Amino acid sequence: MKKVRIGAAQGFYGDTIEPAVATAEKGDVQYLCFDALAELTMAILVKDKKKNENGGFTKDISLQMKALLPYVKEKGIKLLTNGGGINPVGAQQEILRVAGEMGISGLKVAVVTGDNVIDRLPEFLEKGYPLNHLETGESVENIKDRLEFANAYIGAQPIVKALAAGADIVVTGRTTDTAQFLAPLIYEFNWGEEEWDKLASGVFMGHLLECSAQSTGGNFSGKWWEIEGFDRMGYPIAEVSENGEFIISKVEDRGGLVTIDTVKEQMLYEIHDPSAYITPDVIVDLTNVKLENIKSNQVKVTGVKGHPRTNTLKVVMGYENGYAGQVIVGFSWPDAMMKAKKVDEIIRIQLERNGLNYEEVRTDYMGYNALSGPLAHDNQSELNEVFLRMTVRAKTKQEAVKFSRLFPPLALNGPPSMSGFTGNTAPRALLGMWSALLPREEVERQIQVEVAEV
Amino acid sequence: MAMVKLNEIAQSRSGDKGNTINIGVFAPNQEIYQVLLAELTTVSVKMHFSGLVKGKVTRYEMPNILAMNFVLSEALDGGGSSSLRLDNLGKCFGSNMLRMEIEVDDELLIDL
Repeated sequence: MKKVRIGAAQGFYGDTIEPAVATAEKGDVQYLCFDALAELTMAILVKDKKKNENGGFTKDISLQMKALLPYVKEKGIKLLTNGGGINPVGAQQEILRVAGEMGISGLKVAVVTGDNVIDRLPEFLEKGYPLNHLETGESVENIKDRLEFANAYIGAQPIVKALAAGADIVVTGRTTDTAQFLAPLIYEFNWGEEEWDKLASGVFMGHLLECSAQSTGGNFSGKWWEIEGFDRMGYPIAEVSENGEFIISKVEDRGGLVTIDTVKEQMLYEIHDPSAYITPDVIVDLTNVKLENIKSNQVKVTGVKGHPRTNTLKVVMGYENGYAGQVIVGFSWPDAMMKAKKVDEIIRIQLERNGLNYEEVRTDYMGYNALSGPLAHDNQSELNEVFLRMTVRAKTKQEAVKFSRLFPPLALNGPPSMSGFTGNTAPRALLGMWSALLPREEVERQIQVEVAEV
Repeated sequence: MAMVKLNEIAQSRSGDKGNTINIGVFAPNQEIYQVLLAELTTVSVKMHFSGLVKGKVTRYEMPNILAMNFVLSEALDGGGSSSLRLDNLGKCFGSNMLRMEIEVDDELLIDL
């Protein structure tokens, strides 16, 4: 039976490229697939594009190409990435530029566009698509004047089209995290658009690979201390058969571990109903999945079921949501916690006296409860030090700045040993996320695939 | 019977989507899975996360991999890029789940 080997290359914008290079060298793969886009990433890329019209794609794409283009030429490995972010055409141009600089020719670089729907929102509303918030049902009217971006999650089909046009590299914007991984399978095996079980299997494979080492021992909550080689983790590789079944492994001499236990933690990651994981290509049902350890560092996956895809696509929009002002200051033993709490009390009195009404005022004690909030243990032992972090949600930048100015005087006026103050943090713009549904055809008819050659 | 912290008998990983968090909880064997099904209810989990989670808790069962998936809404102070929390992507929700204490038969703990 024909098999296709696919390697994971990136789990987020900023991930290391080294394991992908190891896979290209020793993993015997035909495809390396990247997932560069978290919800948060789109927000970062929008800020980039505001600063520079040519920006808005993940900057590490240049380094990735420098590291991997030699393998594309020598071994025919194809690279698929959604690192185009908010500006996929810019990313395509950058890839062509890097290839040219490296003296590489005869390379086809495809770009998929059409996920960006921000300019069409008035048209959608006019047509009567409500775009209400998927989680809360809130009306989009409340935020539509503050929108920064709006992108539909598109599926694997346009990438398949690009592969069929002979692309060596395909760069897209906001595809689903798994689209890059599924596309090569549809292309190689010629899976039909209604072969739901196979498509679901391909999406699930992508889901296991999209977060790089999270399937190979990274972020593992079991006996993580027994995992070897965190300094040189291997990324997962999937060997997929034509019937959809697949085996997860990694390059043998890289770090990490592939077991049922490491794989199943990734299985439910960022998934809601496991019987209906909705993607643009298929609805995936994981409730019959079987995981088998067939060899050391090899897990076989069978039993993925699929159901017909929906007629809608998810659109994620980001909107301006005020500013966060933040201050972090430390306090030393003795009575570190008591001192920090006293300063929290002083600041809150001053806020009231100065008429500063923030939407939210948050207090964390770093080294005590900053990651766990109310779930932190009630620590009775004496802390050597504790850092007070106070944050406010302000409507404007100016209001956020006013907050941090309250702190420096307390170094002389307040409780003793306030230290570790590294200056006021510049206010940070907050971005709200808005998910809504749109009829599939509204987005799909504007999708375009274009191939350029260097 | 022994009071056991979930940390000693289970695995977990959490992920975010908007203002919603999901937590996968994984049992090491069928017997412990049955205990977890009885103890980790939507009510007990909602109570455990009070102060962090404002919305409802939904539980999905995955007997094929001895797991449960909890979906917690209104859990992230507005969501990743809008939250004032340091754990703005909810990476620590899985760890915080493992703080729960439940009663387990001593016999079931022997081989773990």
